[in-house]
Amino acid sequence: MTFGKRLRGLSIASALTLTGALALVFFYAPNDADQGFIQKIFYIHVPMAIVALGGFIFGAIMAIQHLRTGERRYDLRSYVAIHLSLILAVGVLITGSIWARASWGHWWVWDEPTLVSFLIVFLLYATYQPLRFSIEDPERQARYASVFAIVAGAFVPLNFLAVRLAQGLVHPRVLGTTAGGMPGTMRLTFYVSLIGMALLFVTLWKYEMASKNATWQLRALRRRLLGDDAVPSVGGRSAAPRAL
Amino acid sequence: MTALPLDEAGKYVAAAYLVFLLLLLVYVAIMAGKLQRLERELTELSEASVSTPASETREPEAAVQ
Repeated sequence: MTFGKRLRGLSIASALTLTGALALVFFYAPNDADQGFIQKIFYIHVPMAIVALGGFIFGAIMAIQHLRTGERRYDLRSYVAIHLSLILAVGVLITGSIWARASWGHWWVWDEPTLVSFLIVFLLYATYQPLRFSIEDPERQARYASVFAIVAGAFVPLNFLAVRLAQGLVHPRVLGTTAGGMPGTMRLTFYVSLIGMALLFVTLWKYEMASKNATWQLRALRRRLLGDDAVPSVGGRSAAPRAL
Repeated sequence: MTALPLDEAGKYVAAAYLVFLLLLLVYVAIMAGKLQRLERELTELSEASVSTPASETREPEAAVQ
């Protein structure tokens, strides 16, 4: 199986869409009447949050597939998706804090449900890698990690709901549920940013999958050519899935 | 909410976008390290296959499960 297919096209599409999004953010979308220039942070913060949460959900779906079929490739797909989503989640927390400092005068507000629920989801997934690392047997590691990914995935919709149901209304709603949401220019900019971020996620996911696949193919080749002793690192403990 | 003046808000907006860029660059750097290791292993393997006569290499077997 190869994962490098269409990677070049995806990379170009991601680069073009993200560049287009940046151009729209700074040269097309107007400044927010209420927040002013600081609102531009949302064009990167919100797409990152949506894609990160979507990645966690994708990881959970792949984990379900792994438990259903027992095929290790689904475990790898789940692992890479969660790994990338966690990196994006770090970006969400930092950019969110920067916005909060500029808008509210505080880096973090503990009584805001949206922030705290996202932090809970982040901390939950932060234990995913240590959990995998703590289990030496690859089969058991993959199975336990899949169960974890499914259970943790159930918390993700709660984060989406927290944004909608929060009564404090301190955290702004980017996609309004009623009339009076974003004007057309802002909405277009936001959607281009969201598509760009989603494309970037898919590109990096395929990139990492291709890299892991190449590593395993190489180890298999080394084993075939030089014998089992030539691949000492395979038996060692690792958080990453070990073979397809 | 009172909007911050542009010179003040600009710093925060720049910082947020730089964070994204930094994360992306760190990720690319880590992946570059992995690619470098892969290339080194491939070179070693290529050299080993040249120095080992074909008859001494093992019969192909199922590589990964």
